Amino acid sequence: MLRLILAWLLVAVLAAPVAAGPSGQPIRIGSTLALTGPLAPTALLHKIAGEIYVEELNRANGLLGRPVEWVLLDDQSKPDVTRSLYEKLITVDKVDLLMGPYATSGILAAMGVAQRYQKVFPHHSFGMPHLAKYEMHFPTAAFGPEPNVTVPTTVFNALAATATPPKTVAIVTSKFPSAQFQSNGAREVAEKRGLKVVLYLEYEFGTRDWGALAARVKDAKPDLVWIGALGLDGNQMLEAMKKLDYTPPRHFHLFPAPGPLVAAPDGKSALSVTVFEEHPPFMSNAGAAKLVPLFVERATKANVPYPHVETQAAGSFAAWQILEAAVTATKSLDDKVLGQWLRKNRVPTIIGTLRFDGPNNYGDDLFKVKQVQDGKWVVVWPKEFAAPGARLLPP
Amino acid sequence: MPSLTLLGQALVSGLLAGGIYGLLALGLSLSWGLLRLVNLAHFALALLGAYLTYQLGATFHMPPWLAALAIVPAFFGLGVALHAVFTYFRVTEFTSLLVTFGITVIIESVIQWVWTADYRRYETAWATASLRVGPLFVPTLELLACLTAAVLALATWAWLRFTYVGKALRASAEDPAIAAAFGVNHRAQGFLLSGVSAAYAGIAGAFIALIATLAPSQIWAWIGVVFAVVIIGGLANPIGALLGGLLVGVSESVTMAVAAPAWAPLVSFSLLILILILRPGRV
Repeated sequence: MLRLILAWLLVAVLAAPVAAGPSGQPIRIGSTLALTGPLAPTALLHKIAGEIYVEELNRANGLLGRPVEWVLLDDQSKPDVTRSLYEKLITVDKVDLLMGPYATSGILAAMGVAQRYQKVFPHHSFGMPHLAKYEMHFPTAAFGPEPNVTVPTTVFNALAATATPPKTVAIVTSKFPSAQFQSNGAREVAEKRGLKVVLYLEYEFGTRDWGALAARVKDAKPDLVWIGALGLDGNQMLEAMKKLDYTPPRHFHLFPAPGPLVAAPDGKSALSVTVFEEHPPFMSNAGAAKLVPLFVERATKANVPYPHVETQAAGSFAAWQILEAAVTATKSLDDKVLGQWLRKNRVPTIIGTLRFDGPNNYGDDLFKVKQVQDGKWVVVWPKEFAAPGARLLPP
Repeated sequence: MPSLTLLGQALVSGLLAGGIYGLLALGLSLSWGLLRLVNLAHFALALLGAYLTYQLGATFHMPPWLAALAIVPAFFGLGVALHAVFTYFRVTEFTSLLVTFGITVIIESVIQWVWTADYRRYETAWATASLRVGPLFVPTLELLACLTAAVLALATWAWLRFTYVGKALRASAEDPAIAAAFGVNHRAQGFLLSGVSAAYAGIAGAFIALIATLAPSQIWAWIGVVFAVVIIGGLANPIGALLGGLLVGVSESVTMAVAAPAWAPLVSFSLLILILILRPGRV
């Protein structure tokens, strides 16, 4: 018995240096997220993913053997506040590295500051690649350089492969920049493919009355409604249509809040795009097995209605992955060195292998088509990425 | 050219949306017009009422009408308490903007702390129910909200016009010194009116919970349009608040139906500017 105790003590002593983790001055990584304001519901997912990443990093060996501290500020969903806070992070808090905020307008605002101070700028949710001119920005919203062409092409390809492909489409889009940009692209792609665009509407971000918009869609009788939606817009549109006793045969949602659409009775068979869902083959991607159970646990505890990893959380996690990969590979915190490494190398991430050597640092469009089936999102197109046994359900 | 059905449906939709605007505008119009307090916290109270309705329904399976019955007296008390704070610190019309802005931010933070920033939806069987009138569909919940707004506006108008308290409140708003000389206790009536305004916010909140999906930042989504409604309707004018709401709702909705939906806010605020130019004494 005494020998056994001594043996365990020996194991504990030997294991101690390994378990001790990182040491020394922390590496400070600064970012903002929309912790309040209209973008907060989605930004919360980025916060949870980032916290998990940093904790896991520190539980292992940190970065370069040093602990990592995430200096996170609330940008209130306002680009002007975001800009000022990034200025503060660099000049007052003197962070070592930057991480991007949530959503296109905030990222664009912060990118200007990062450029001025020549800081490496990884980010996870930017939807307008043609506006990202800074040579050291590194996107993990893997839309490719022309999402206004590639994303709608993927969606229309998926629908064209069904037994009853749509012939007419109504496009209703928010004027939020990235949604409007990609929806306008969808209009052009649809027309080029011979689909008749029977309705094209743009509405203000923050619209409250959906009745008139729903009435116009119902009046147009499209085979497919493309909702260039952010957050809950799609849900509200579907509800408003339901009140008019109308359900469109097919409905696509560009950037929906994933939970409410799955939970809504009208969300059945809703279509969207994604870079990650919690099923094969995505679960084999780098870091997926680690993130998914932790995220589900944290998000459930945080009372998130849809506590699952999908595009938002996975994109965020990937942004941390590329930053870690660059620091680890170069053993440096020098922004120029990190930037050069990222431009030249491919990084395996939870959303697939990313490269940054294309136009405006964009690589491949990794987005796939997903659909709400049996109360959850599953990828249905391309077929090689579809969930086991899943296919795009007809109307 | 839009079809007649589309126009009719847009009109219905606008009237019902206008009813919600009117319901929210009612309490704000009273406190601004009669107490000279521009109460931004009115919107925060309405959303707090919405979250409480959601919580009572989702957790305790309490029907929304019962939840409203519990919320209304509680909010009356909250309104009285808020007025006590305003009175103690001698908050004026101008400073009320700052003070109530602060209270709004605090309430938003509390909501976010308790319910998180994520969306909350109170799913009920009536959420998508509608009445059919010929080719038109009238959403039941929005209709109920609009009728409630109409009943409250009429009742409040009658209260202000025909009761002693109502007349005293109007007299105090007109000239506090003369009203006091006639024995009007403006201080006590201020508490009453503040309670009533907050209770109206609670009622509006119950309907918001049933009609909309909730997120803490929604507090700010209503402010611009409801302020426009209050000014269009005239301060301390309950019927005006309702009619202003209906006018803004219909103008937005018809614009969405016949032109570009993105122009809708432009039309309602153009209306406001026009009214301010034609009748500058409204505020």
